[in-house]
Amino acid sequence: MFIGYFTERPYQDFESGWVGATGREIEDLGMTNGDYDPRIGAELYNRYLDEKVYAEEMGFDGLMLNEHHSTPFCMGGVMNVEAAILARITKRAKIVLLGNVLPIWEDPLWLAEELAEIDMISRGRLVTGWVRGTGRESVAHNSQAPFNWERFQEAHDFVVKAWSTPGPFRWEGEHYQYRYVNPWARPYQDPHPQIWIPGVMSRNTVKWCAEHRYPYVMLATEIEPTKQSFNYYDEVARENGYEASTEHHGYLFKVHVDETEELAEEAGRKYISGPANPFLEGNQGTVRSNLQNLPGLTSRTALLPTVTTFAAAARGRQAERDAALAEKDAETDKQDADAFGTYEEQVNKYSIITGTPKTVIPKIRHVLEELRPGNIFFWDGDGAMNHDDAMRSLRLFGEEVIPAVREMGKELDLKGAFEVNTGSGAAFPGD
Amino acid sequence: MTTETETHTQIAVEVAGLKVNALQDGSGPNIVVLHHSTGSPGWIPFYDLLAQNHTVTAIDMPGYGQSERPTWARHPRDIAMLLHSAVHKMGIDNDAHMVGMGFGGWVAAELAAMHLHGLDSLVLVGAAGVQPEEGEIADVIFYEFEEYVKLGFSSDEAYAEVFGDEAAPELKELWDFSREMTARLTWKPWMFNRQLPHLIGEVETPTLLLWGENDRVTPIGVAEVYDASLPNSTLQVIEGAGHLVELENPQAAADAISSFISGL
Repeated sequence: MFIGYFTERPYQDFESGWVGATGREIEDLGMTNGDYDPRIGAELYNRYLDEKVYAEEMGFDGLMLNEHHSTPFCMGGVMNVEAAILARITKRAKIVLLGNVLPIWEDPLWLAEELAEIDMISRGRLVTGWVRGTGRESVAHNSQAPFNWERFQEAHDFVVKAWSTPGPFRWEGEHYQYRYVNPWARPYQDPHPQIWIPGVMSRNTVKWCAEHRYPYVMLATEIEPTKQSFNYYDEVARENGYEASTEHHGYLFKVHVDETEELAEEAGRKYISGPANPFLEGNQGTVRSNLQNLPGLTSRTALLPTVTTFAAAARGRQAERDAALAEKDAETDKQDADAFGTYEEQVNKYSIITGTPKTVIPKIRHVLEELRPGNIFFWDGDGAMNHDDAMRSLRLFGEEVIPAVREMGKELDLKGAFEVNTGSGAAFPGD
Repeated sequence: MTTETETHTQIAVEVAGLKVNALQDGSGPNIVVLHHSTGSPGWIPFYDLLAQNHTVTAIDMPGYGQSERPTWARHPRDIAMLLHSAVHKMGIDNDAHMVGMGFGGWVAAELAAMHLHGLDSLVLVGAAGVQPEEGEIADVIFYEFEEYVKLGFSSDEAYAEVFGDEAAPELKELWDFSREMTARLTWKPWMFNRQLPHLIGEVETPTLLLWGENDRVTPIGVAEVYDASLPNSTLQVIEGAGHLVELENPQAAADAISSFISGL
């Protein structure tokens, strides 16, 4: 079992009125960076790096970073910089990037070079991951939405070739063209770092991912739709002549551990009282459906069942949901997302797991038994949680939760992508 | 709104291996109409008015409506070149006046630039295609697509008079579908071509620039750049109307065009 740690790294300005259960609404791409305070940013970037270092000390296998643009809910606009720093200041943990937004790169050769450097500085600890991005990313970097999926695929093919085929070679693609591909620095791992694909709902992506035998990491989706997506992955795997197993399945979910049940609830409620985040059920802010639903970004026949939950709908094409809501509210395209997924509801459906190790461990077991992922990430320290909240939890993860989860992993036979090679099905040689 | 096609002739030709569809009615000199970025909503009252003394051919531009998508097309100029052939194959070689509305106006201007002596006249109605000196052409990316269509009227009331308080699902489907094609053809820069003002300097075709006084999509500055670049153009503003002049005030739009054509 592979156990990772994740925080979305929100921009927390407690004086701004955006943070807190009654915080100001944040609308997608509706804020000015004139309100940004670089001094707060400096503290937070350093804090989040410190927490990652401590997470490694506490025994996590992976430190996961992600990337969003022009938004306060995630400060990882250039997560490769964070990854490069972690490559130098950590020693053992994998640095898991889930993921770079491939289609918005005008020059993916530059990305190939950056990632190769990170892989070398870390001496082979990079796990690279790629996403298509939401409408927000396409708008922020002005990437032509109807070609998002084509660009994703071509950039992937190109970067993998740049890493694994001795140059120089020429690339005259539909969306990318190079006359001289010969990046001097190649990745430390041979032929290249593992590629994991995170996602929530695109059927195309699951299919593509299974065809490439890459691990697919579902991002905090509900249990049933997650199962269905894994089933779909397994189906595609069979069509492609192999049996997918636990190492191909990954799952990110919200888990916070604390010293007392009272502290755990207090911190758990902070998941949904930070700056609004369309990915954090219960505090999604004002979702502008037109930005999530850019023309051609997602083909309309390619939706996974997660579209039925709001958290997922906020990330994908919303036409179906809009149609359903139109009867209730014909006047506006903005929905008050906070009405969905109250804290209590989320606790009941395992969307938020918080408590002392004693209460958290059985709940994690329930999720693992239901989904059987070989690669998991605990999403913690987010929303309005402060450094102390994050550090208390990390300590208890290290002292009690991770050892217990490792035992569960063995008992349930949940092998991760560093135990079994997802490409060949063969076990890796032991450490 | 009339979307009946039974009373009009539906014609289709094949260009570059793709079906191009059009509706046709009326008699007299040919007027070819190119629709907005939101697609053609069918046969509209404006066409009936023009068809009183013209043969009106309303084309679904390639990739829109019933015309097949050229997946390789990347610029309105590609569409203009396909339409050049399509119009010829439809047998419209003489007495051809072209009316392009909004995004269709941009395509028409591109076509005029490459088809220098083939058109009798050109009418650009709230056309995109050139960058205004001030202001910006509205960007559908920042609007829910129904809101974007509303922006095409001088007011929400004017929208409601045409489409009702909320448009029919088929229309919304059309708008959503159409904007995808539009986004394949224009993105960077949005809705204009920096080369076009230079290219149309050679277009001597008499051109009417017809603009709604309250156009909230293509600012009047766009018309001014066209007017300054085209050697033989006239700018006429329709009082009170928005961007979608032909829907908001079809009579005034049709009168202006008929009188322009008859005065040639």
